[in-house]
Amino acid sequence: MKIKINILPEIVTKPILAEAILETGVLLNVSQAHFDRSHGEVVADVPEEVFERIRSALVSKGAVVRRLDTPIEWNEDECVECSACISVCPTKVFSLDEDYSLLVDKSKCIQCGTCVEMCPHNALALINNK
Amino acid sequence: MVKKTIHEINAKIKDGSVNVVTAEEMVDIVAELGPEGAARDVDVVTTGTFGAMCSSGVWFNFGHSDPPIKMQKVWMNDVEAYTGVAAVDAFLGATQLSESLGMEYGGAHVMEDLIRGKSVDLHATSHGTDCYPRKVLDTTLTLDDVNQAIMVNPRNAYQTYNAATNGTKQTIHTYMGSLLPRFGNVTYSGAGVLSPLSNDPDYRTIGTGSRIFLGGSQGYIVGQGTQHASAGKFGTLMVQGDMKKMSADYIRAANFTGYGTSLYVGMGIPIPVLDEHIAKAAAVTDADITTNILDYSVPSRDRPVLRKVTYAELKSGCIELNGKEVAASSLSSFKKARKIAGELKDWIAKGDFFVTMPVENLPVDTSARPMKETEGVSFVSEIMSTSVVTIDKDASVYKAAKIIMETAFNHLPVVSRDNSLVGIVTAWDISKAVSQDKFDLVEDMMTRKVITAKADERVDVVARRLDLQGVSALPVLNNEDNVIGIITSDDISKLFARRR
Repeated sequence: MKIKINILPEIVTKPILAEAILETGVLLNVSQAHFDRSHGEVVADVPEEVFERIRSALVSKGAVVRRLDTPIEWNEDECVECSACISVCPTKVFSLDEDYSLLVDKSKCIQCGTCVEMCPHNALALINNK
Repeated sequence: MVKKTIHEINAKIKDGSVNVVTAEEMVDIVAELGPEGAARDVDVVTTGTFGAMCSSGVWFNFGHSDPPIKMQKVWMNDVEAYTGVAAVDAFLGATQLSESLGMEYGGAHVMEDLIRGKSVDLHATSHGTDCYPRKVLDTTLTLDDVNQAIMVNPRNAYQTYNAATNGTKQTIHTYMGSLLPRFGNVTYSGAGVLSPLSNDPDYRTIGTGSRIFLGGSQGYIVGQGTQHASAGKFGTLMVQGDMKKMSADYIRAANFTGYGTSLYVGMGIPIPVLDEHIAKAAAVTDADITTNILDYSVPSRDRPVLRKVTYAELKSGCIELNGKEVAASSLSSFKKARKIAGELKDWIAKGDFFVTMPVENLPVDTSARPMKETEGVSFVSEIMSTSVVTIDKDASVYKAAKIIMETAFNHLPVVSRDNSLVGIVTAWDISKAVSQDKFDLVEDMMTRKVITAKADERVDVVARRLDLQGVSALPVLNNEDNVIGIITSDDISKLFARRR
């Protein structure tokens, strides 16, 4: 499962991810990380059965942890199947079928939102994820 | 030599014996029968395209109010339309943005809303005249309520169009979509094998007066489009059609992040096969049609061509660029293009659509000139300050403060021993260091990620960079990364003040 870890500016310089991993032994597979002056944000994969363990470790160190259980929403009525999304997706969620129909494999989605920005027809959305 | 007339073909459409195929099907037919055999066999080839066509819009006639108004300004759902013509005529352009919603909603969205049967708020103002006394008007209209809604697109259906990529380190947002850093992706537009003008590149049958499929209904070609550059195979078409009969399956509003709105237009053009030359041209394949990949991060009209590429390569989804495999994706929909070519084929086969010969041919040898600019373009080298004072990275904060006080420069580029730029300090950075009681070396408190400019860049480009990055000065570097000057927002303000 995918989780998003938000790190507030006060603790952004502390190695809380490393501490939580060492403490719990849970392997976090980081797929995205963004840090700037105002906050840090990490998207990672973690096995469902150990989620609670790593969540409480991170929360105890001041992070905010949320499940990312809503992958990209594809509105087929708005979509014109242009395929603009294909070349920006880092995980190959999108592809074209032989008849040029758009195929969407949501299970690959890491919810980075790049395709949402790209889509000219507002046919892609990330809900409950900002 | 096969010779057919348009009348013979239309007679076959009328009696139902016409042989009509799509431009995709024509490829195999010509491969099998040869151009002459194909010309004998096939009467009409249909093409199709569905992509962003910014140069699109609609002429409205709203009908007269009572008392009447001569509209001076008019807005539809807060998107301004041009009404510098007769009293209640106005042209709504696809890329005009809403005054309240900005890039989220534009002329294209008004068009799609109207086609979908939604009502639109109309607001108009006027100075009032003896014959048109009314000064303000507000009403709500649907497509049925207006007298005419004639789509007139000044430039549609590019013969081919450049593919786009981005050589900088940041994502850029363009009308070619999001372009990822370091040549991270390539985007392109156009239907390739189905592209109307690519299937009749000498404009033998496509010209003024040609009847076409436009937005799901019958439309017509007005003539050459604006910027028609036929000599370089960048032909364009001006087209018109009745928006009241159009369908949202084939006319769609679009938003390009950071650019604005555009209109996806569905168009199909039939090519009557009068002889084997026309048959041969209509058998063009994706592998035959080439375009250039341009670096859209270069802020210039003349963007460098990275390489030539065929539509076959682009459509494979992956192309080679600088020795790397790069994902390529289309902004136009080939599936829709196919659907349009198929629908037009059905219309013709059923006898609902007759083909035409142009009443005037499109010019074949035109090119698009760049703009003549009489005001002169200012370059960074003309207004930058060359008396820039730099500071060594090993100098103390105290020394930096002293230099700023003595020279009255607010920005000190920081250089390493070989005189190349490694950072920048400002008076503000020093105040901050002092307030935190940190009197260390310049190196420890400087900003390391310096936004810079080059002397041969245009001032307008650099002004936008200052604005986007939220900084007030850029060190100007030569090719060896040595600081040769500094350009500040003050320099730019003075330049614009002088111009006025």
